[in-house]
Amino acid sequence: MSVLIFLDHADGHVRKASLEAASYGAAIAKVSGTDAEAVILGTVSEDLTLLGKYGIKKIHTVSNASLNQLDAQLYTKVIADVVTATGANVIIFSNNLVGKAVAPRLSVRLKAGLVTGAVALPDLSSGFVVKKNVFSGKAFANVSINTPVKIISLNPNSFSITTGEGVAAVSELNVTVDAPKVTVTATNKVEGEVPLTEAEIVVSGGRGLKGPENWALVTDLAKALGAATACSRPVADIHWRPHHEHVGQTGIAIAPNLYIAIGISGAIQHLAGVNRSKTIVVINKDPEAPFFKAADYGIVGDAFEVVPKITEAVKKLKGI
Amino acid sequence: MKMLVCISKTPDTTAKIAFADNNTKFAGDGVQWIINPYDEWYALVRAIELKEADTSSVIHLVTVGGADCDPIIRKALALGGDEAIRVNADSHDSYFIASQIAAVAKEGNYDLIFTGKETIDYNGSSIGGMLAELLDLPYLSLAIKLDVQGSNATVVREIDGGEETNQAAMPLVVSCQKGMAEQRIPNMKGIMGARSKPLKVLEPAAVEPLTSIASFDLPPAKAGVKLISPDQPEELVRLLHEEARIF
Repeated sequence: MSVLIFLDHADGHVRKASLEAASYGAAIAKVSGTDAEAVILGTVSEDLTLLGKYGIKKIHTVSNASLNQLDAQLYTKVIADVVTATGANVIIFSNNLVGKAVAPRLSVRLKAGLVTGAVALPDLSSGFVVKKNVFSGKAFANVSINTPVKIISLNPNSFSITTGEGVAAVSELNVTVDAPKVTVTATNKVEGEVPLTEAEIVVSGGRGLKGPENWALVTDLAKALGAATACSRPVADIHWRPHHEHVGQTGIAIAPNLYIAIGISGAIQHLAGVNRSKTIVVINKDPEAPFFKAADYGIVGDAFEVVPKITEAVKKLKGI
Repeated sequence: MKMLVCISKTPDTTAKIAFADNNTKFAGDGVQWIINPYDEWYALVRAIELKEADTSSVIHLVTVGGADCDPIIRKALALGGDEAIRVNADSHDSYFIASQIAAVAKEGNYDLIFTGKETIDYNGSSIGGMLAELLDLPYLSLAIKLDVQGSNATVVREIDGGEETNQAAMPLVVSCQKGMAEQRIPNMKGIMGARSKPLKVLEPAAVEPLTSIASFDLPPAKAGVKLISPDQPEELVRLLHEEARIF
């Protein structure tokens, strides 16, 4: 018996969301008196033994090049074989793009109950109950997994990365990898950006910024804070900003430590995507903007005057 | 081409979220119910567009739920589905629901099976993947574009910070999100026509759920906003640093 963590990687490096999953899995292993092991697919450039500091004892690699692209069917078969080989009975994913594609398939293949979007460690006092977000961040459900093998996918930014001492043993598993049925023909992505779901701080702009030419207001503050940038739905719809920056009910749901909303009124559909943020700052000239009700800090004022001053104060504080 | 669109009934996006029966059940009384937006705006409308491009195509709708789902099924038929199947069962376990839909899908021999990227109530994002595994088909998740050429589909999926184009032979399962299509309003002809379209009710297959909901909680209420004077925005930075300790 053991806990198996699926580690997702981008450009050869293990993702932050996966390190959270590793810390989460290691915590479950500890209370269950078992070991945390991990599986990583495709080509990775970093020294995996160092991941021992997150509490992982053993890392199983399957470095077949077909696995460098996500084919959910292929990934599922390989991970299922690793589960069989390790005898794992708790499997942890991050609830990110790969986790969303693979965890449900694995649940069926292993007949293992799945909870997606977990936000806390399982409660083992009566069975195996996992708290997850429901109703787009407006509530939690405590879901009982009633099968011997259990799968959890952890929401990014819901569990702190914990580090200690330790070196992981890394070994290649000999697993049959079928030919992929899905071919990636093109990839179009901005390099070097922090993925929105993993960002600690997000600065977001809305229609209150009046036009794409004013976006330096948002990007300058984001740069000073080391933050990712986002936008509201109308801004993406009128193409001021790319669609992958849209946060909200129909866009990306995020839970950063700090969310700064500039010129966004805070419609309920926008809140549904950002209400899990730990601290919310709202800057809006309309004191009646509904967003202030969901905010921790607010400034009722003109963003064009207020935001540059905030950016300067951040730079001063950080000595930039 | 034969298409199956999975639809789910969810509370309206503005519905008040509250729980009944000792916090074990969503308090649905007086709530406005809608078709899950991802299922309607993106999955169903894209299927309708593909049918408009190839009028020999057929669109079937499937939902798992009680008779209270019938109004939303009729609305989906009014938008453009040809016929609907309702599996008469109520469950919050994704595996149970996916298994019921898989049984319908096996009968129908569909080329394309659409789901929304998630439902806005349980946010599971699981039905598409489970269905694909039950049917042993490729699964293209979080799609923002879908085009069909002969027996192949080209799907653009969202990835972190961008997008990725995939190709696969049909049949396949695709989960849809924003970008796929634009919301439509049913017209009078559609609404009238929907009344006479077939809505078949099937009894569920025997499937043991893998999970159950023990209880619901609401998040603790926010303490209230602390307002900072627009004349001293530096104060915000101090508070974020010293009080909230974010940086």
